[in-house]
Amino acid sequence: MSTPEQTPLAAAAVAQGRATIVEADGEHARLARLGRYLIQPAVLVVACLALFLWLNSLELDSIEKRRINADFISQALWEQIKLVVASTFFVVVIAVSLGVVVTRPWARFLSPVVLAVANIGQAVPSIGLLVILALVWDIGFTPALVALVAYSVVPVLRNTMVGLQQVDRSLLEAGRGMGMTKTAVLVRIELPLAVPVILAGVRTALIINVGTATLATFTGAGGLGDLINNGLRLGRQPVIVTGAALTAILALTIDWLAGIAEDVLRPKGL
Amino acid sequence: MSKFLDYLEFRQDHLTELAIEHAQVVAIALVIAAVIGISTGIAVYRSERATTVALAIVGTFLTIPSFALLALFIPIFGLGYEPTVVALVMYALLPIVRNTVTGLQEVDPAVVESAQGMGMSRTRRLMRIELPLAWPIILTGLRVSALLLIGIAAIAAAVNGPGLGEDIFSGLARIGSATATNMVLGGVLGVIVLALLSDLFFLLLGRLTTSRGTRA
Repeated sequence: MSTPEQTPLAAAAVAQGRATIVEADGEHARLARLGRYLIQPAVLVVACLALFLWLNSLELDSIEKRRINADFISQALWEQIKLVVASTFFVVVIAVSLGVVVTRPWARFLSPVVLAVANIGQAVPSIGLLVILALVWDIGFTPALVALVAYSVVPVLRNTMVGLQQVDRSLLEAGRGMGMTKTAVLVRIELPLAVPVILAGVRTALIINVGTATLATFTGAGGLGDLINNGLRLGRQPVIVTGAALTAILALTIDWLAGIAEDVLRPKGL
Repeated sequence: MSKFLDYLEFRQDHLTELAIEHAQVVAIALVIAAVIGISTGIAVYRSERATTVALAIVGTFLTIPSFALLALFIPIFGLGYEPTVVALVMYALLPIVRNTVTGLQEVDPAVVESAQGMGMSRTRRLMRIELPLAWPIILTGLRVSALLLIGIAAIAAAVNGPGLGEDIFSGLARIGSATATNMVLGGVLGVIVLALLSDLFFLLLGRLTTSRGTRA
């Protein structure tokens, strides 16, 4: 677990980085973009419709009706989205600032230490982290949020570090030579050039957060996992399938939006 | 701390049993995924379009939250072992397919051409030249997948699957009692130890199976 490529999250980040590189050139780029922009949402809409029609064709009993209704589902969905958005926000703030600090010349000796700690942390299973925090701290939203942040900080941190380190040194010197301050070089040259790599990390973090937030039901923090978990405990397959399908659809929708955001937010000219 | 060590000693047999179950289900899934993933990689690596499509599909699997995927399989496979293995196979595919494609594409075309010039058939070139040269990268993909699966397998206990997740969920069910923390920590520690052992295993496997001439 010493080199970055070898941990799952790094791999996911690299995978997405590679995917963008592959898609950036050639004629099949259009195919890839078409697939991402049009086919994926079309499939998701069809999946939603299929779920709806299937549920309509069933005779739901009173226990099932108490879960499969607009109120229960929208509340679970809202809880899930809150967890995902809040955790990703904190991850970006923490990981990007930490990444900037450990790539400054005076703190560069910290980089291997930070990466080593982060790598070891990745061996902890997400459910383990959630449950440990619930046991030693409390159940509910805040401990789950902290677990999510701790679990998904690594891809953004690593990509921030990689993104900043790969910026051509001569560009920084040119900036300094033009009379820019170190802060101006960071804000106007280094960070914009690192944005595509950082965004790939943020997308990975988002996906991890959607997945981990589904487990937050076990520590009383709600989310769509509530539907799955309720269905499991009550032995009601329609509830299980509704929860699971909605979770999968939400994850793929967020991934789709993140992919578009990656294309839109990439600085022009890169 | 000493209480936890006492607990580990007391539950040694039980924890070992769960750890073996955990390693077993991951190993089974990984072997199946290796067969499917490496063949897929071989099938698509010559066409950029096929590669894009294959990676998009296996990438979608990895996007679906594990708890949701395990739950979606309940109507098809029921609870327990089967849905766990199928879900784990799906999650393992992306690193394996991606690294197979990358490894094969990075083989020096001049080497492949000279093999062709020597009269080697397409299959022989693949088996004797391309795959051995790509093997270290493919192996890294397998290693990444193994780590990924060891973590995800801990969630399988939620659908009555095997492995160390059982103690994590049992501990959670006993929240507030004295043994709860010990059980959860035991399970989590077991998962971490398995992850480290798996890394060590792949390190050794790499040493043993990488062709001597290509070893760095």
